[in-house]
Amino acid sequence: MAITGLFLITFLIVHCGINALIFFNDGGESFNKGAEFMGTNPLIRTMEIVLFIGLILHIVKGFSLWKQNNNARPIKYAVQNGAANSKWYSRSMGILGTLLLMFLIIHLRHFWVISRFTDEITSGKETLFNEMKEVFEHLWIVVLYVLAMVSLAYHLMHGFQSAFQTLGLNHKKYTPLIKGVGFWFSIIIPFIFAMMPIAMHFDFIK
Amino acid sequence: MSGNMNLTLKVWRQKNTKTNGELVDYKVNEISPDMSFLEMFDVLNEKLITEGKDPIAFDHDCREGICGMCSMHINGRPHGPLQGVTTCQLHMRSFKDGDTIVVEPWRAQAFPVIKDLAVNRSAFDRIIAAGGYVSINTGNAQDANNLPISKDNADEAFAAAACIGCGACVAACKNASAMLFVSAKVSQLSLLPQGQPEKQSRVINMVAQMDAEGFGSCTNTGACEAECPKGISLSNIARMNREFIGAELGSEKY
Ligand code: SF4
Ligand code: FES
Repeated sequence: MAITGLFLITFLIVHCGINALIFFNDGGESFNKGAEFMGTNPLIRTMEIVLFIGLILHIVKGFSLWKQNNNARPIKYAVQNGAANSKWYSRSMGILGTLLLMFLIIHLRHFWVISRFTDEITSGKETLFNEMKEVFEHLWIVVLYVLAMVSLAYHLMHGFQSAFQTLGLNHKKYTPLIKGVGFWFSIIIPFIFAMMPIAMHFDFIK
Repeated sequence: MSGNMNLTLKVWRQKNTKTNGELVDYKVNEISPDMSFLEMFDVLNEKLITEGKDPIAFDHDCREGICGMCSMHINGRPHGPLQGVTTCQLHMRSFKDGDTIVVEPWRAQAFPVIKDLAVNRSAFDRIIAAGGYVSINTGNAQDANNLPISKDNADEAFAAAACIGCGACVAACKNASAMLFVSAKVSQLSLLPQGQPEKQSRVINMVAQMDAEGFGSCTNTGACEAECPKGISLSNIARMNREFIGAELGSEKY
């Protein structure tokens, strides 16, 4: 979980960086250029495959972990006060991950399928920027995306620092730093992502 | 006497490993706030015996927080509401008159219930037997301070060695993982010179035994550390992970 998780975290940085180009507010010009580069560069296309492998491993491993850990306590407690000893989101990684997976299916359907499996964008008929504008016209989709980013924030808030602990990277000096960076990362990245549909829907970006 | 309490207990009763158990209600009256939690159980058991009923089986030995036997999951937490104490060190002043207290055994596949609140923790013994020792020849007793050990390492080894094998870490963990216990036992040896020669095989064998016993996997919720009566630190788990990865990659055994 830790290695694939950290890999997916690096992907989030790239994804967030490219998408943030919409905030230049230049009618999507820089963003479309960025998207075209990502869509055509052979190195990036290879990484896309690696990304999917990483994602699938993360999901499969997560599921088997959930199953194994569920079996480790066949009879549950009648009363269990988890809040007394741990954070709710650290105990809910499976649920948060499942929510994110459901979001991902919708999200890939919205953008990835259009740009890879139709000629809408390659033929120049449509730009990814306009596609975004269209999708985010619906308020319920905006709400869905924002809620998904809240799940992402909590998933990261546990996952980021947990990955380091699993890999044994614990140090008196650096662990507080890792925890601090993880905390802010978990807030800033999902926040920037969440601002995208909001800005588009309310026409802050034209 | 004033200040004494009347309480309702919901206690897990189970005849043996094979049968199903259930929570049974008991009333205990005139409980002094100065009694320990186990003494309150003694009062209840004496009452059950005079009534001709089967007393409640629960593990206990030292009653001073050093043997680790007193496994009781009280109101949703191992060893009850306080931090850094075992059940025998918990006193009735932590409760109020009229309270209802739910008492369950440790719940884990690897800790089957023997009877009522007593669970079989021999899985821990088998993990220790898999590598929690030093089998090299260390020779005759040496002069004191012959082996240089840094104060930091000595302190950390000592802190890890404080683990009493109570199993509260497993009981608290949502995954019933034994990582805190095993990592304490790995750390107390690997921090010291005598533990070095068998460092790699020790961590591999102990982790393999831990998995074979059916404990869950660690997801770093930190519940174990929060509930451990001896304050064993999560940094031990990171150390064990580090050593395990190193041993898996570096050792020449398959
Ligand atoms: S690590 Fe703590 S909770 Fe776990 S067995 Fe040792 S003393 Fe008990
Ligand atoms: S009875 Fe020994 S620690 Fe509680």
